[in-house]
Amino acid sequence: MNRSTADTLFNRRMLRDFLRGSRLFFLLSMLASVLSALADLVAPQIVRIAVDHVIGGAPAEQLPAWAARLLAAAQGQGTMQRQIALLTAALLLVALGKVLAQYGYEVSKTRAAETLVKTMRDRLFSHLERLPYAWHMHNSTGDIIQRCTSDIETLKNFLAEQMTNLIRIVILLLLSLSFMLGMDPRLTLIAMLPVPVIILYSFFFHRRIGEAFLDCDENEGLLSAIAQENLTGVRIVRAFGRERYEQDRFEAQNSLYTDKWMKLARPLAAFWSIGDVLSGLQILLTVVFGALFCLRGRMRPGTYLAFLSYCAMMTWPVRMLGRMIADMSKAGISLDRIRAIMQAPEEEDAGQRLTPQIRGEIVFDHVSFAYEDNAEVLHDVSFRIPAGTTLGILGGTGSGKSTLVMLLDKLYELSEGQGQIRIDGVNIRDIRTDHLRRSIGMVLQEPFLFSRTIAENIAIHDGEVSRGQIREAARAACLDETVMGFAKGYDTLVGERGLTLSGGQKQRTAIARTLVQRTPILIFDDSLSAVDTETDAKIRSSLEARFGSATVILISHRITTLSKADRILVLDHGQIAEQGSHEELKTAGGLYQRICAIQSGLGEEAAE
Amino acid sequence: MKKNPYGLFGLRRLLPQLRSYRTPLVLMLLTSALGSIVDIGVPLFQRYALNHFVALGTLDSFPLFLILYLAVILGSAGLNYISCIYGMKIEVGVDMDLRNAAFSHLQTLSFSYYNQNSVGYIHARVMSDTSRIGELCSWTLLNAVWQGCYLIGAILVMLLTNARLALPVIAILPVTALIFSLFQRRLTQVNREIREVNSRITGNFNEGITGARTIKSLVIEDRMEKDFTADTEDMRRKSIRAARLRGLFSSTMHFASSMALALVLWKGGYIAASQIGTFSMFMSYAQGMMEPVRWIVDAVGGLITTQVNIERLCTLLDTKPEVLDRPEVLERYGDTFHPKRENWETLIGDIEFQDVSFRYPDGEETVLEHFSLKIPFGTCLAIVGETGAGKSTLANLICRFYEPTDGRVLIDGRDARERSQLWLHSSIGYVLQAPQLFSGTIRENLLYGNPEATPEQIDRALELVSARDFVDRLEQGLDTDVGEGGDLLSTGEKQLLCFARAILCDPRILILDEATASVDTITEQKIQSAIDTVIRGITSVVIAHRLSTVRNADWILHMEDGRIVEQGTHEQLMAARGGYWRLYTRQYEDEITLDALG
Repeated sequence: MNRSTADTLFNRRMLRDFLRGSRLFFLLSMLASVLSALADLVAPQIVRIAVDHVIGGAPAEQLPAWAARLLAAAQGQGTMQRQIALLTAALLLVALGKVLAQYGYEVSKTRAAETLVKTMRDRLFSHLERLPYAWHMHNSTGDIIQRCTSDIETLKNFLAEQMTNLIRIVILLLLSLSFMLGMDPRLTLIAMLPVPVIILYSFFFHRRIGEAFLDCDENEGLLSAIAQENLTGVRIVRAFGRERYEQDRFEAQNSLYTDKWMKLARPLAAFWSIGDVLSGLQILLTVVFGALFCLRGRMRPGTYLAFLSYCAMMTWPVRMLGRMIADMSKAGISLDRIRAIMQAPEEEDAGQRLTPQIRGEIVFDHVSFAYEDNAEVLHDVSFRIPAGTTLGILGGTGSGKSTLVMLLDKLYELSEGQGQIRIDGVNIRDIRTDHLRRSIGMVLQEPFLFSRTIAENIAIHDGEVSRGQIREAARAACLDETVMGFAKGYDTLVGERGLTLSGGQKQRTAIARTLVQRTPILIFDDSLSAVDTETDAKIRSSLEARFGSATVILISHRITTLSKADRILVLDHGQIAEQGSHEELKTAGGLYQRICAIQSGLGEEAAE
Repeated sequence: MKKNPYGLFGLRRLLPQLRSYRTPLVLMLLTSALGSIVDIGVPLFQRYALNHFVALGTLDSFPLFLILYLAVILGSAGLNYISCIYGMKIEVGVDMDLRNAAFSHLQTLSFSYYNQNSVGYIHARVMSDTSRIGELCSWTLLNAVWQGCYLIGAILVMLLTNARLALPVIAILPVTALIFSLFQRRLTQVNREIREVNSRITGNFNEGITGARTIKSLVIEDRMEKDFTADTEDMRRKSIRAARLRGLFSSTMHFASSMALALVLWKGGYIAASQIGTFSMFMSYAQGMMEPVRWIVDAVGGLITTQVNIERLCTLLDTKPEVLDRPEVLERYGDTFHPKRENWETLIGDIEFQDVSFRYPDGEETVLEHFSLKIPFGTCLAIVGETGAGKSTLANLICRFYEPTDGRVLIDGRDARERSQLWLHSSIGYVLQAPQLFSGTIRENLLYGNPEATPEQIDRALELVSARDFVDRLEQGLDTDVGEGGDLLSTGEKQLLCFARAILCDPRILILDEATASVDTITEQKIQSAIDTVIRGITSVVIAHRLSTVRNADWILHMEDGRIVEQGTHEQLMAARGGYWRLYTRQYEDEITLDALG
């Protein structure tokens, strides 16, 4: 199977999946637009019958069966008046039908498109959450967000407006064509003559002008960026006294952007006016030839009126059609961009998907690792952490300590020949990923908090956690007092419009969030760096008291923090340089001893 | 509704900006009205064709008829063409002028304004409020006039032709307008709600993508998905509600047209026998009249919603800067946009705080009380403290971004207010924690503070901050485009350039506001060593998160919770064994350890 067929198949499958739940409403909207078009087309017929048959006295044999029966019902005294009243009633009845159909069309088309868009968004979001971490690292955030927002928006417009409208217009055109042909084929031909011209004219115009529109959009983007930069950089602008320069720069781009639009003014105005003329000519043709036909007795005035109504009805839809077709290519591009995300494979458990009760013994067995084709960041690392003990890790930037914990959390996976990581003797490859991650609590140096309340952030893993449990965890993380000091306490919103938490407060919130989960394994990746020494000590002692049974990995460069660990690992350029207890290492003559010396001698040295 | 302080629809405030569009505006409205009047004529031709040619069975005036008819079509199109061009001119012109006015005014506003309003909010004033107003002045107005004339014209023609038939048809109009305006208001409300949900969904995507690692580690994919689904469901429901309203809206219109048509048939069927053309004309008008009603209701609704935009923009334009140069200072030194550099004295760099008390305009607490400090020319002042301790306050006062509530800040022995802001700012170099570049090339960015810098000076500055290497490694060197906000470069690279930019403007006062807080250790070292060279011979204020630079400062202020808790030289403060000592030992330990670890 070649690539393009595979793509097509994928496209079709994706669309079918997206369409679940909305297909019915798409069909309903089409049905409604047929009914609505029919109602539109029947109304002039009623007027025609009134004019030609009731008033004009045309022979009843030429009437359609339903009309003949209707008029027959009003035979008797004051026939004409009664027949007209009856036809008026029929007209209102049709109008009622039209109103219902129109309403049904509007609602069902939106329901269909919105349901489809919702499915698309949900699927996309769910897919994004389940893509491997490596994928997220590989793609730029801005680009992904763009695809999830503007591209979806383009598709939505296509589905809710362009596509449904297109179908509606085509239905209207085909139906009115058949009605007109039924009345008078020759006048139909004349009246319809300008239609293809108008459609093609509008199509080619919009295809050509499309680039100019794009150019305008880009220039607007540039202008908006200048304003954005000026506002975010206001300190720099002022401190360097560059207000004048900024103003000139903004005004120059502003003029450029304005000029781009001004250049479009003529073609656009010409396009609309020529469109007016073409539509006007279409009606003129009908008026003139209709009149001639009537004059020669080939046609009745009522039919003529119906023709005029049909022409008026078609004017706008026909003028919109060309543009719609021209704009359709945009949706295709957007669909491709979304497909690129949907096509990336989700995280998958390759192994046996076991869910063992985890006690917390961790073994790294000859682990080597490189990100894709880059140089190795870990080389032949082996160590064992018995359950319930604490391992301290000391290492600089690029020593591989962060890679180590990411591997343990299966954010990256080891392949064959890169060694093994085992928990309680089971290769983590064979442990179900969610089970594994639920057993590991991780606090990062720069934690990510969600724009929700502090309480919601702490209890994010499980909505059922009680306020008591939240506060208990916060107390252990030395956060409770701080939070109670906020006006809204635990209901304070974290994020832009809420309170800006300091680095230390964020870290402590993240610690509380991890503690509340009571995981058998805890990892602190340099996560006490932003809190002061006293708080650091307080947090550690409360950790020991409450979570003594957990296996802990503590990454830090503070000897006071590390010294409490049962065992310490010194990582240097992806390899284990030293390992042992604090007592052993502080005299081993290696890096650890050097750091110890630096940090213990500091008080005096600094005071000098 | 809230009373508008800016008079008639708030537009009066903007009149100075709009005045130059008076002629195009009049021409637009005139051509639009004429175009509309000509367009009213079209059904009259149908009437004539039927009443004359068909009913009388003659073609006597046919050529004239054809010529006139063509003239009407072309005339209407021509008039529409002209009004469109004017509409476009007015729209983009008003947009441009208002944007320029807003942007230019923003350049003079004080920092308190920027602190009280988010960048997104201000940006929307410049970009979207202006375009809404531009649209109102052009298309909304044009349409309202066109449709209004059509409506009035159609009513007149009908009344003149057959008043008895016309009256019932006309009676439908106000009822329809009333129903429209009811829907309109609710539709506006629902649309606003939809926009809110939409931004929530975008926020969700943002969080789901930037927080991917945390979400995975916490295994909360399902929970995030559930919350996301709730938002998309909300979106779906609200959109469908909007569709219902839109559906009712268009149904009403269709029904009103049909009612009018039915009325014409019922009441006017009899005239079809003798005057089929008049009947046809009535049909056309009856059906064509509802569209204008809808447009006019839309225009009124648009005016009401644009009201908010007008008010916001006016508020911005009426905001007075809190830091203002006095008239006599402006006279001598010139304003921000027209400096009189020939009158400027050279700035030396002596700074003195004299009994300064200060409270932020939007704050309640007094952060400085009777503070006095001399910073003689050439001094390095360091300010230390935790995040949020108010370390930038002094820098803000030195730069005159704010003015003291009480007391004076002297520059070279004279009150800062005696000289213009631009005079002061032209001699200040400033490096922020978050590197701030502007889109353009590296060269353009370096020249930002001093457009006259020579290539040699640029070279020297790059050398000094050790940025030579990375710039040379770039294919286009100094002409490399840095992207929006400099985002094509790494944070470290950006900061090096920011530092070079500050050096290039040859400042007398250099302010380093946590300049190394967000860069990697290697960049930090580069900047650090550059600092030592650069601050020799100028006055510098170093706001530091990390303390290694601070050691060599001439004077150190330690701040906590917005107040100065300690001050002195490094030795004095270390000997005191207070907060500074604690802060310093901890940081020093971290730094030296990381250094040893490599």
